Amino acid sequence: MKVTDKDVTYVADLANLELSEDERSRMVRDLNSILGHVDSLSALDTADVPPMAQVSDRYGLDDSKQGSARFAYASREDIHEGLRKSLPHDVALANAPDSDGKFFKVPKVIEK
Amino acid sequence: MNLNNLTIDAARSAVAERKTSATALAEAYFAKIESDDPQIGAYLALSKERALGKASEIDSMVKKGEELPPLAGVPLGIKDVMVTKGVRTTAGSKILGNYVPPYDCTAVSKLEAAGAVVLGKLNCDEFAMGSSNENSAWKPVHNPRDLSRVPGGSSGGSAAAVAADMAVATLGSDTGGSIRQPASFCGVVGLKPTYGRVSRYGLIAFASSLDHIGPLTKTVKDAAIVLRTIAGRDPMDSTSADLPVPDYVAELDRPVKGLKIGVATEYLGEGLDAEVRSAIEAAIQKLAGLGCDIVEVSLPHTSYAIPAYYLVATAEASSNLARFDGVRYGHRAEKVRSLSDMYRRSRDQGFGAEVKRRIMLGTYALSAGYYDAYYLKAQRVRTLLARDFENAFKNVDAIVAPTCPTAAFKLGEKVDDPLAMYLADIYTVTANLAGIPGISIPVGHTKEKLPIGMQIFGKHFAESTILRVAHAYETAA
Repeated sequence: MKVTDKDVTYVADLANLELSEDERSRMVRDLNSILGHVDSLSALDTADVPPMAQVSDRYGLDDSKQGSARFAYASREDIHEGLRKSLPHDVALANAPDSDGKFFKVPKVIEK
Repeated sequence: MNLNNLTIDAARSAVAERKTSATALAEAYFAKIESDDPQIGAYLALSKERALGKASEIDSMVKKGEELPPLAGVPLGIKDVMVTKGVRTTAGSKILGNYVPPYDCTAVSKLEAAGAVVLGKLNCDEFAMGSSNENSAWKPVHNPRDLSRVPGGSSGGSAAAVAADMAVATLGSDTGGSIRQPASFCGVVGLKPTYGRVSRYGLIAFASSLDHIGPLTKTVKDAAIVLRTIAGRDPMDSTSADLPVPDYVAELDRPVKGLKIGVATEYLGEGLDAEVRSAIEAAIQKLAGLGCDIVEVSLPHTSYAIPAYYLVATAEASSNLARFDGVRYGHRAEKVRSLSDMYRRSRDQGFGAEVKRRIMLGTYALSAGYYDAYYLKAQRVRTLLARDFENAFKNVDAIVAPTCPTAAFKLGEKVDDPLAMYLADIYTVTANLAGIPGISIPVGHTKEKLPIGMQIFGKHFAESTILRVAHAYETAA
């Protein structure tokens, strides 16, 4: 067993999840089963292989350029006027579980 | 109007030639959905007002004799992970149970701008996480070809709606096979384009470096028509590629004679069902008969794809799903003690078991002490998998493989074994990790009359090639 009940409690805390006791014991079982399969990766020697974070690393749209210069089309000139309008206040708040019409409302932030 | 096997061109022509009206066509689909969908479960919401508004716009264009756009009056369905302004969008999750988006997904806007009529939102696994549609928080989807079986996932509703003639075509999303696998299980065409070909703006994010939008259709030509409509650079998605969109439809009829088609031995090994294998072998023979050169290729790291995929995908998911906190939208738990208590209990009540499992796995893989061993390792293996394809494509124009190791399985069969469910994606996740395009087309049936699908992979942005091969296969006698 790689993952223990204590690990699950710790990771659930990082992930902002509050698992029930039943969920926790099932999670221990499932994570161990999946990680058992995942461990096959350790058979591969990848010391000299660079990590791939995104696909466009592989096709580089303009091969004559390097690094971020290849994706220059994805940025725009710095402008002060003519920016795309944001959502109006009331629309942005329309799905809020709680608001005062100007702001999203949440329970007390500072805990004892 | 007979809706059976109705294609995009046939639907548009019927409207243009006044054999029916766009309004009557949309109403015929709504009637069909109301009569047939209770036993299938493909739709989560119908957007009648929006559909009939668009249809009447098309009808008045017809009346005035105006030139009609390419999808004029064509009724389509949209997977519920794509946001639609004013139409409830849940991503199959309780946490978004009452979410009404204030904007439209780019792919949906483009379809409507081309005249399409959006019928409604299609059922899917929660946040597109699943291979059977059984992870929908709302209801399972039954495979129209055999109601005791799953339609595949996560775009199960999108595939079932096309198979059951409850939409001419649909949009799905594919992070690890979620368009191609259900297309295979339901006997329809499903296309995952190159990463960056179609804007992801308005697609509720699962794993951003692996997520794709694409069509599920009855014919390869329809897939080409939808792709031509939704592809292209979108300033709202910085990963959308700034490359011209070819006329995929015009290129369908170019000859396939002399094209080199690779067959990857690693995709025909252990674990492949015998009936699926023989259907794939017959399909390869048919391509040879059309004049394609069949070449054996090797993708040596294929067996590492599932572990690499489930680490990368869950790590990205754990980050993307952090936004669901009960503050700006979605479910909020009541009677909470504090802000952090609210986050936890809202997420606990709102997310289903599989979503929690993936958030936990992803968070674990990213946590201090495990990052190098799991997440970084998986990213390095991802490079090896991408190189496998790059090497193979030095010698071939396309690669064929089964879409899934088996035909559709029974509802409930794998629901208690997440690892067995993940292994159903064994032949599809590679294209997501490498970002190459892949299409699944029907290539026969098992003895139990269940559809079998074959994938065709291409080089980055070579959708024209794989559509052409698929079209040649489909239209050959």
